Amino acid sequence: MMFTPHTPQEIEEMLKVIGVDKIEDLFENVPEKHRFPELDLPEPLTEMEAADELDYISSGNASTDEFISFLGAGAYNHYIPAAVDMLLRRGEFYTAYTPYQPEVSQGTLQAIFEFQTLMTELTGMDVSNASHYDGATAAAEAANLAYHFFRGKRKNILVSRAVHPQYRETIRTYMQGLENVVVLGDEDQADMSTGLQQLTGKIDNNTALVVVQYPDFFGRVIDYTNLIKIAHTQGALVCMIFNPTALGLIKPPGDYDADIAVGDGQPLGIPLSFGGPYLGIFTCKKKYVRKLAGRLVGETVDEEGQRAYVLTLTAREQHIRREKSTSNICTNQGLMALAATIYLSLLGKDGFQQVANLCYQKAHYAADQLSNIDGFELAFPETPFFHEFVLRTPKPVNEISDHLINHGIFPGYDLSEAYPEMNNHMLIAVTETLSREDIEFFAATLEEVAND
Amino acid sequence: MIEPTIYELSQPGRIGVTFPEADVPRTSLPREFIRSDIALPELSELDVIRHFTHLSKLNYSIDGGFYPLGSCTMKYNPKINEEVARLPSFAHTHPLQPIASVQGNLHLMYELQERLKEISGFHSISLTPAAGAQGELVGALIIKKYHQENQDPDRVKILIPDSAHGTNPATSSMSGFKVVPLPSDVRGNVDLEALKSECDETLAGLMLTNPNTLGLFDEHVETVIELVHEAGGLVYGDGANLNALLGVLRPGDVGFDVMHFNLHKTFSTPHGGGGPGSGPVGVSENLAEFLPGPIVKIFVEGDEETLPFFGFYTPKYSIGRMKAFYGHFAMHIRAFTYIAMHGPQGMREIAERAVLNANYLMTRVKEDYVLPYDRTCMHEFVVEGAWKEKPGIHALDVSKRLMDYGFHPPTNYFPLIVHEALMIEPTETESKQTLDKFVSAMKGIAIEAAEDPELLQKAPHSTPIRRCDEVKAARDLVLCCWIPED
Repeated sequence: MMFTPHTPQEIEEMLKVIGVDKIEDLFENVPEKHRFPELDLPEPLTEMEAADELDYISSGNASTDEFISFLGAGAYNHYIPAAVDMLLRRGEFYTAYTPYQPEVSQGTLQAIFEFQTLMTELTGMDVSNASHYDGATAAAEAANLAYHFFRGKRKNILVSRAVHPQYRETIRTYMQGLENVVVLGDEDQADMSTGLQQLTGKIDNNTALVVVQYPDFFGRVIDYTNLIKIAHTQGALVCMIFNPTALGLIKPPGDYDADIAVGDGQPLGIPLSFGGPYLGIFTCKKKYVRKLAGRLVGETVDEEGQRAYVLTLTAREQHIRREKSTSNICTNQGLMALAATIYLSLLGKDGFQQVANLCYQKAHYAADQLSNIDGFELAFPETPFFHEFVLRTPKPVNEISDHLINHGIFPGYDLSEAYPEMNNHMLIAVTETLSREDIEFFAATLEEVAND
Repeated sequence: MIEPTIYELSQPGRIGVTFPEADVPRTSLPREFIRSDIALPELSELDVIRHFTHLSKLNYSIDGGFYPLGSCTMKYNPKINEEVARLPSFAHTHPLQPIASVQGNLHLMYELQERLKEISGFHSISLTPAAGAQGELVGALIIKKYHQENQDPDRVKILIPDSAHGTNPATSSMSGFKVVPLPSDVRGNVDLEALKSECDETLAGLMLTNPNTLGLFDEHVETVIELVHEAGGLVYGDGANLNALLGVLRPGDVGFDVMHFNLHKTFSTPHGGGGPGSGPVGVSENLAEFLPGPIVKIFVEGDEETLPFFGFYTPKYSIGRMKAFYGHFAMHIRAFTYIAMHGPQGMREIAERAVLNANYLMTRVKEDYVLPYDRTCMHEFVVEGAWKEKPGIHALDVSKRLMDYGFHPPTNYFPLIVHEALMIEPTETESKQTLDKFVSAMKGIAIEAAEDPELLQKAPHSTPIRRCDEVKAARDLVLCCWIPED
């Protein structure tokens, strides 16, 4: 076999030391009736054959390299500098495990410490952990934190309907085991002015957490100052779900006095990879640090007084507290956090602001071009947006899509899939990777459909 | 030498990567939303390359040496996995693309589901859970929802053996269960009498790791499962130790109802310095409709010339979505490749060689270390890292001294039921020569423990840094390059 190094002679020697005749003798505790089943699996492939097979399977896809993609809705196509992946491929990083032994893990620990720093700077919050699985689970962990912060006494988690639909589902999944917790918000309007009013109206002294998105799922940049003030008056916590690229341009959650800010770090140097692995960013105010789930890296010194980094506050975690811990999270997204750290280090202040600005400019040009076509209009023309916007179409989106796909375009996300009342609405994302020609081609092709 | 942080290396005005100028007319952002400043570091590309290259050199890794970290299955991660996961036709697909444009992805996920079913004996698989701990949460929520749907809401008790991973009890309480620990018997099995006394109408289920964290196969596993089933409970299998069972035993065949896989342990996807993992969940037929979606299934059957048409579906009583999109797809690619390269015989060979290596190492190591449960082990074993006649030496000292010999330490102080535990898992990818060198190091340390205890207590001596002040870290709580104001 390819990855087991034993020679027949070595196996003989090892069995002799153990004191058994054959390898099978080591499995006598396994119920005989079920021992060594015949597995109906295809015969093994050599590396060369496997490479061919995977290449063949992948050829069943059409990728964003071949199509001009206007898809966003939680995953964004950004340019990733070559240096990011070159560094991620160092075996010293990707074949290490959780840095339990700081003396031989300073590389991972310092990188996470730098990640924590970058995330606090990006969000304007006090503290960041070493990451969660993705933006949706980070949001669910925020609900979990709030529930435990109030020791289960406040039962309501209010989630704006303009939060990513899959994030809302994930929060519900995580909350279903907790006694009497109610997740509210799905009954509201997705429309911003009414929806936000409805949500704000529900805040009371039984509210543990209010969850809003910034920019929201529809791309809108909304001023949450008032909502947060009202929530704080009632003693509730507020979690803002952010898009990291947007924070290169717009005010961070810290400026709004959010208690928790979470987001998906995929736009920071992580490939689309059909939805994962991505990166859950979790930041909060300092006073919640002891309620925070997941790993934290802290600075300290070694015996010789040298600066060193260690996992800290581990007493909060499952391997110590067992059933008393508030979360079962064990691994984080170590390598993805490293990708984001390298990406932000490479782009730096200037490059990151440039990317944010390009997204903003191109998205606004696209909005302008598309809404000028007869029969098409912006759904929320009065609200500022970042790099995503909703286009109202003259026909249901699925009737338009085929024509666009046939012309090499992945159109925006069909909002009727998650919002039944939003027939004829498409969520369009534009990043720095699209050119003016791409946008104009999209507009021209849309115009053809409209005239069909 | 200390490596400066990216902020210490930063030079105002230095630029790393630049992007093209905007090719569209300018629109301005409303003033009230404009961010005044963002303090990101300013470095050149070479600064960044050198910094992270320096950092990488401070890490111990599987590529660098033997990593016998018990319960973590630190096997070699084949390089081909990294290549295929980065094929642009996989890596550059958006999760919301039209379903007809991602048939390759769904084909791969479908095949992985099918192969995991065959390997484990389960009826259905969901690939969505992001890691083992999330897979466990799925299992616990499924058990909860199953009893609810059966109008049996009084089943609130989950039994967990005292040798279990900490994630088991944490998961159970996250799911709203009452956790009852079960003692182990003298041979390291679940104590059957204790189990019987807990089998009542409040029993929701049992979370069982088999082989357990002592590396021992439970000699009464069929009885244990039968007792729980007779009482109306379900049995959750913690798949952390599946490496020992590949081609040896299919957990579904002995009656486990639900189990998670750790693709990053058993199926060679890299550990990444602590994630991303991947924790698919398998269930028996009666639980299939409770799985989290989306799950890939065939919508239109294929024939000899055309592939089937695949799509996603969500089971009828699903506990709900666990994360955005469909799980850690890039990890699915790696695990699929690994399984494809092994085939049926290769699967069994993985388990056999892992168990051979562990028993060989156990036989050699127990010459100098106390082995509290002395019987044939599976893929790992636990010895005591302390001796009565050498007071003052702890498992931690042995671990730290191993670093001076060029090895990553075993897992320390776990499982909790062994005094001063050292949990050692060699995996199948290590050669006899490597194991022999490790044995020599362990023997050397046992001698040093008697002759020069301070050498161990002050260890490690040859690592980039020495032992750290963990109390200071927790007290001062410096969690980023500067301290936020209160």
